[in-house]
Amino acid sequence: MNLLEVASLEVTSPDGVARVKDVSFTVAPGERIGLIGESGSGKSLTAFAIIGLLPSGVTAAGSIVLDGTQVVGAPEKHLVPLRGRVCAFIFQEPLTALDPLMKLGRQLAEPIARHQGLRGAELRRAVLEALEEVRLSDPERMAESRSYEISGGQRQRVAIAMALACRPQLLIADEPTTALDVTVQSEVLTLLDRLVADRGMALIFVSHDLAVVSRMTDHAIVMRAGEAVERGSIAQLLAAPKHPYTAAFAESARRIEADFAAAIDQGRDG
Amino acid sequence: MSAILGLEDVSYAYRGSHPGQLAVEGVSLDVVPGQNLGLVGESGSGKTTLLRMLLGLLRPTSGRVIFDGAPLDLRDRGQVRHFRRSVQTVFQDPYSSLDPRQRVGRIVGEPVRSLRIASGRAAEKMVAEALESVGLSAAVVSHYPHEFSGGQRQRIAIARAIVSRPRVLLADEPVSALDVITRSQVITLLAELGSRRDLTVLMVSHDLGVVGALCERTVVLKAGRIVEEGPTPQVFGDPSEPYTRQLLSAVPRLPQV
Repeated sequence: MNLLEVASLEVTSPDGVARVKDVSFTVAPGERIGLIGESGSGKSLTAFAIIGLLPSGVTAAGSIVLDGTQVVGAPEKHLVPLRGRVCAFIFQEPLTALDPLMKLGRQLAEPIARHQGLRGAELRRAVLEALEEVRLSDPERMAESRSYEISGGQRQRVAIAMALACRPQLLIADEPTTALDVTVQSEVLTLLDRLVADRGMALIFVSHDLAVVSRMTDHAIVMRAGEAVERGSIAQLLAAPKHPYTAAFAESARRIEADFAAAIDQGRDG
Repeated sequence: MSAILGLEDVSYAYRGSHPGQLAVEGVSLDVVPGQNLGLVGESGSGKTTLLRMLLGLLRPTSGRVIFDGAPLDLRDRGQVRHFRRSVQTVFQDPYSSLDPRQRVGRIVGEPVRSLRIASGRAAEKMVAEALESVGLSAAVVSHYPHEFSGGQRQRIAIARAIVSRPRVLLADEPVSALDVITRSQVITLLAELGSRRDLTVLMVSHDLGVVGALCERTVVLKAGRIVEEGPTPQVFGDPSEPYTRQLLSAVPRLPQV
């Protein structure tokens, strides 16, 4: 059985504009898929719709079945149990996920306590383990810190720890490394890749960057102006795109890559 | 060829920082005509502080900014006017860098007016020409910034930067806020402007791919110091510093197909 089945999804903004049009796809347990597109393509709205987190006034129609529950039109109380346990979210800007006034350890303790029913010393140990798992050095100090006291990369690691706290089956990551420096991005991608693999989680990885997506998944859906214009393996999207938009997108990504590779080769030979 | 703009053993300490804590330390560099220069480094490496000093917006704590062979003196009005005309800038975010209440014609014409380069018809002609060189129609002058996409806005910002016919364009992450297709187009535009208008670009970026596509020379900054510099192919292909190698290996690459 599929973990997620999206069928004929339509997302409409308050002014009546269709922002996502007739998008359908499925995700099996443990499957990874990329949602690629530029700003305004509808990729993030598609991701938000899956967990019923659309901005106010934005409405979804069609069908989204997440672990057997219909999300479209469901009351909030039916969605709450899905969030965190079935499906968790990592945002581009980790500060949106973290409360600036609360110590990070306490924030992380909340979902762990709820999910695993731990208290006291056991809970404390689980929090430190969760921080260690996302490769944060000095978890004790991290647990006592607040979000504004740590770096962007550390914040995203804490946000990942929180997202994984309830052992979700599906992780949705929306441009999780776009705001990070290149070396930090690389470390966070490596971490995510390992955690998703270790836990056999399914992953929806949303990004505008083909090269970044290709580090996390082999398959992707290309979105443009609300429509899923093409899907396939990343190798095929790059080498033999069918849709003209995919071709233009791949060509632009390849051109920058080629200049970079040429500079490296020239320097090696020289 | 001699440098248009340069830094001579420049250091900078922000006010209120700990004694001895420098945002930039002992940096020297030259912007040589025809050689686009990339300044790469991560957050906190001091690249934006360097750029502000090159723009005359920050005065170095020690060391000098050299413009056309002479130290830049912000009290020398004649030199500053010449400097402002010769050295222009483009910012990262084309949404916040354009005044939403002004029409494009007024935005792009601003340097022409404030530097008293031209007025009336002559100024309009310069604006139209600048817009055309960035691939926009001169008819956009009567529109407002919100009517344009991110890529078009960045073109408007570039038109404003080149309207005074500067020799150096200082660009702070000029394409990192843009979509992939637009990014590639704006890089091509910046490269073309170099040859068509004798414009040398100094680009600050954390994106080594973009630097590789545009810059003949590259300077690598770490914690306020230059750790490596040289022709881009040499820095990228045969880096001597472990930090440069680390940066390069972190760049996400497309799968080989």
